[in-house]
Amino acid sequence: MKENAIEVKNLTKKFGHFLAVDNISFTVEKGEIFGFLGANGAGKSTTIRMLCGLLSSTSGTAKVAGYDINNEVEKIKENIGYMSQKFSLYDDLTVEENIEFFGGIYKLKNKLLQDRKKWALETADLKGKENRLTKDLPGGWKQRLALSCALLHQPKIVFLDEPTGSVDPISRRNFWELINTLSEQHITIFVTTHYLDEAEYCNDIMLIHNGKIIAGGSPNELKTKYLTSPILQVECSDPLAALDILQNEIWVNEVSMFGNKLHLNINNEKKDTEFLKKLLNKNSIDIIKIGKIIPSLEDVFIHLIENNKKGGINAR
Amino acid sequence: MKGRIFHIVKKEFLQLKKDKKMLGMSIIAPILQLLLLGYAANIDTKNIPVVFCDMDNSRISRNYSETITNSGYFVKIKTINDINEIDSYINYGKASIGIIIPVNFGKNIISGKTVEIQGIIDGSDSNTATIGMNYITMITREYTQDFLIKKTEKLKKININTQKITPEIRIWYNPELKSRNFMVPGILGLLLMVTTLMLTSLAIVKEKEIGTLEQLIVSPIKPYELLLGKLIPFIIIGIIDIILVLSVASLWFKITIKGNEILLFFFSITFLISTLGIGLFVSTIASNQQQAMIVSMFFIMMPMMYMSGFIFPIENMPFSIQIITYVMPLRYYFNIVRGIFLKGIGFYELWFDFLMMLIIGSIIFTISILRFKKRIG
Repeated sequence: MKENAIEVKNLTKKFGHFLAVDNISFTVEKGEIFGFLGANGAGKSTTIRMLCGLLSSTSGTAKVAGYDINNEVEKIKENIGYMSQKFSLYDDLTVEENIEFFGGIYKLKNKLLQDRKKWALETADLKGKENRLTKDLPGGWKQRLALSCALLHQPKIVFLDEPTGSVDPISRRNFWELINTLSEQHITIFVTTHYLDEAEYCNDIMLIHNGKIIAGGSPNELKTKYLTSPILQVECSDPLAALDILQNEIWVNEVSMFGNKLHLNINNEKKDTEFLKKLLNKNSIDIIKIGKIIPSLEDVFIHLIENNKKGGINAR
Repeated sequence: MKGRIFHIVKKEFLQLKKDKKMLGMSIIAPILQLLLLGYAANIDTKNIPVVFCDMDNSRISRNYSETITNSGYFVKIKTINDINEIDSYINYGKASIGIIIPVNFGKNIISGKTVEIQGIIDGSDSNTATIGMNYITMITREYTQDFLIKKTEKLKKININTQKITPEIRIWYNPELKSRNFMVPGILGLLLMVTTLMLTSLAIVKEKEIGTLEQLIVSPIKPYELLLGKLIPFIIIGIIDIILVLSVASLWFKITIKGNEILLFFFSITFLISTLGIGLFVSTIASNQQQAMIVSMFFIMMPMMYMSGFIFPIENMPFSIQIITYVMPLRYYFNIVRGIFLKGIGFYELWFDFLMMLIIGSIIFTISILRFKKRIG
């Protein structure tokens, strides 16, 4: 059996009367990339902050690296790295000064500090730029530097709170490559995001909605387990008008816009395709292309969240 | 243990070195303020402009107005004859006081009748007005007295011993009654407050704003290490400011410290406990630097400045406000600074101020630490 890096049991956080995190439980295996997904305000950051010891829980427990979040916070802090979407570095210090400062906070000394500094500069791709002011670095580099600083003390678990919130797509891609490399070094990565394309990089995903976990599993499991009905992709002359019409049809489970295309969750591929063609013709919308597609995670999540709203089957 | 504190202190100075604004606020602003306040914060009343309306125009009336001018407190702007002209002198601010000498002023004095002169005072500057009026009353009384004495001597044609008692007033501690001597030591209190209180709150709130505080809290750093690391730099800056102010005061303004410098220094450090404590407190309630600035400026420093006796004597305040001043550490520090600077008194006379400052400072500091710990713990 694989060991768990994080075990969460009935964790709850209330802010006044607001239930930010509602009785959640899950486990994260050692060395995996664990994606914690949800919309803004779903409870992602609250959970991550409780696990890092930044916030105390209202009830429930969790073990991080084997230590209890309720009474062994100090131990946890020694074993984790944390990076928030703010890339919390000192903008007015140079790259090297930032690394040395965070190294100092983690009490790295002499040889070890030098080694880790070298590692951090290589990882962040900032060799030769040691004396650049951090504020002059482009977002992607800042992000990598922030991650390197959070990893200086070689933690077993890294928490990344929306790490790619403010960087360009190429930097995002590079960043995920870096995350993969770390995972290969058996570092457990706990990452929150609301980018569903990023979730595809994760080994395991949990979807949180209104403080509750509504689904979990690997990206493939999610696509097959939770979404059994076929998905049609429709390209037409007036997707907005089509969206309006289709929203009111009872044979359509869900319809949503993906760029200028529509994704339809239906029950019967053949029958419903005919329905669709007739309906669009009647409303004089030209069909460009209709075809069944393999659902993306986004389709799955829209399905799950819609279900949750309807008060339908709770996916858990 | 020491390691982390050292790294934070080092980082703080690295940032300070690069942050021209902060550096300016902590080192250059004090010198500038000291020079400015040393020269500008002058509440001495000298050379009050006076316009005379001499309706008598006799030898005696002219002599009287000369006596006033020669006192050194007044400058004669003009002597006019039309009483209505006084208005424009006062309205345009050309004169602060108008003195009307009535017809028959000279005659009446000689014949021993009561004479009345009228003074019109620009009350918009009440400070100058009151002081000027007092001077004029004093000079006039003396003038008429002299006159009476001379007259009696003449009448009796004998020399009598004038029984007039002239008090010889000796002013201690600040013999020249220079307000600068009074103000400059007070500025030490203000500067220490501004630099340590405001900079401390700003430095902590800044970390909160950019998220580094959170980054530090997820590290194994202990709350006390973080606190000391953040506060030590400002203690050092405070000490530099103390030395700076004392040097400028004695070398530039030639105000020598009458008392014990070491004692003043020691008391100043005690004062820092309260300013650092308040700074820390502000940082726990403010969520960004603007808020920290406004809170410390308008809700803490300004009231303290006005109510601690820096400008307005506490004794003149209404009783209810006087009570409030007792919780202001600056009040005690002003007493201490002025006491040691100008009077040369020591611990024996100042123990109460010291004790109050220590108690209030400790209370504020403890509350702030608890709040700070609660937030980060």
